[in-house]
Amino acid sequence: MNFEFTEEQLMIQQAARDYAQRELIKDVIERDTKAEFPTEHVKNLTELGFMGMVVDTKYNGGGMDTISYVLALEEISKVDSSLGVIISVNNSLVCYGIEEFGTEEQKEKYLKPLASGEKLGAFLLSEPEAGSDATHQRTTAEEKDDHYLLNGTKNWTTNAKCASTYLVIAQTHPEKKHRGINAFLVDKDSSGISLGPHENKMGMRSSDTHSVMFTDVKVPKENRIGEDGFGFKFAMKTLDAGRIGIASQALGIASGAMERSIQYSKERKAFGTEIANHQIIAFKLSDMAVKVENARNLCLKSAWLKDNNQPYGLMSAMAKQYAADIAMEVTTEAVQIHGGYGYVKEYHVERLMREAKLTQIYEGTSEIQKIVISRALLRD
Amino acid sequence: MKILVCISNVPDTTTKIKFVDNNTKFDTNGIQWIINPWDELALTRALQLKEESSGAIEKITVINVGLIDSEPTIRKALAIGADDAIRINAEPLDAYSVAAQMAEVIKKDPYDIIMAGIESSDYNGSLVGGMLAEFLDIPSVSSVSSLNIDGGNVELSREISGGKEILETKVPFLAIVQKGIAIDPRIPSMRGIMMARKKPLNVSEPIEVDSLTEYSVYELPKPKAKCKMVDPENVKELIDLLHNEAKII
Repeated sequence: MNFEFTEEQLMIQQAARDYAQRELIKDVIERDTKAEFPTEHVKNLTELGFMGMVVDTKYNGGGMDTISYVLALEEISKVDSSLGVIISVNNSLVCYGIEEFGTEEQKEKYLKPLASGEKLGAFLLSEPEAGSDATHQRTTAEEKDDHYLLNGTKNWTTNAKCASTYLVIAQTHPEKKHRGINAFLVDKDSSGISLGPHENKMGMRSSDTHSVMFTDVKVPKENRIGEDGFGFKFAMKTLDAGRIGIASQALGIASGAMERSIQYSKERKAFGTEIANHQIIAFKLSDMAVKVENARNLCLKSAWLKDNNQPYGLMSAMAKQYAADIAMEVTTEAVQIHGGYGYVKEYHVERLMREAKLTQIYEGTSEIQKIVISRALLRD
Repeated sequence: MKILVCISNVPDTTTKIKFVDNNTKFDTNGIQWIINPWDELALTRALQLKEESSGAIEKITVINVGLIDSEPTIRKALAIGADDAIRINAEPLDAYSVAAQMAEVIKKDPYDIIMAGIESSDYNGSLVGGMLAEFLDIPSVSSVSSLNIDGGNVELSREISGGKEILETKVPFLAIVQKGIAIDPRIPSMRGIMMARKKPLNVSEPIEVDSLTEYSVYELPKPKAKCKMVDPENVKELIDLLHNEAKII
């Protein structure tokens, strides 16, 4: 058992912290208010190597381990979790999916530009009528001679507008139910793709979320990932990895809110003393710290298991459910500690509270995580 | 052209300072160590100069006097972009010993430009740069806030009372740099972090140098006095406090 980080892991954590505290903080409130995509920050973080940090260096990635990824995402998300999700989707859904299950040709053509950050990726699974129940895909991929024909609508697509590469989950053999689902690499500029309006979200407002419509979109057969019918398994495996990213993002939201609460309660005075000296506030801080530490340990354990090629799906479900739920609790208490100031934008915690809510919903709701966890516990 | 940047390994600037052994030693327990912020800015400017030089500056080296525990800080400098590093394996006892140790190494392999931060953020001595230039018998310019190279000429500017002084010099020289030499220190990239362990970190054995400084005792500054709020209407209380408590009137 060793809880020490390596020198490289600490350096990555510090690099992410420096960028977040020095650069992201400057315009995060404005970007949230205007729901503005952080183009310049994505460019800078690409140059620093964050967009494909866990991809192997032979595919132009950063070659970092998952522990480093957790540390970086926590630091970024303390300040701006919209950037957290942009990084997470690109790294642990799109790049991971291609690196783990794609062919060498697919990696050469699609993974390399995604891992270097030259292009961004999006993962298209949710549909208007298929969210948590991902088995009921209505988007179809009809098999033709040398291609598939995609038709249908995908919802809540992060990076929808700015991405160049879509990973699309669609039904090829409806009679086989979820065993008939496939995953495809689709160029966003393919004919027949159109986007719905930018979703006006409660939080994570500067991430770019749209619905995506496919009308007779031709996808070459070589763009299918894995064997025919592998798509559902592919989506579930990829989401196992994706959960580590979202759990780390939720952890960052919680620890960011906690750090702000500690600072504020040491400065703000009430009844003749700093509010931190009131036990009711001190105990709130104590509860926050225990929750944040537990969430961090779950994230890091999931990452450690993944880095050591051990099964991590159960642990990442625990990390995702727990970190998301405590992010909601911690941010709500952070607003309470800040009082009226917490309810206005300048103090950041109201935004963190809005952002926390989404972590309980996307990439598998907290309820779905409980299904994953309990099924694993009850499996013979 | 070769540039050398002197770096100190200092406690993070947010460290809570404590002393041990009857206040004669700094307590290093639990300290996070960083590159001295002025040295980090010097390194950032050196890297910019190299990038702008179209190959004329072939190498940026960093040098540090320190024991093995300063290597993570040196590797951070390599991750940021320095090409190689020299660690002189000695405890940095005082400015004189640090400058003497570095001079010994630099004499054997001279550099065109040497950059040093104006002071280290721990002991704030502001001595090493000047001493090192003396040991090497090269000119030094202090308080440098900008440094540009145009062919063989180097243009420097210094903040002086009421304005700015522009100087020209030729290599070799030593620039003692201050804030303004670069805007922000550079953040290492993933590639830089991965490369840091592969870059040469040469350890040089120290020479015998006496420390000229003896530390008698350290004192922490007095804690800031608590702020008392006085009602603007209550002038009598304000005068009473200034007279009897603050004792300034």
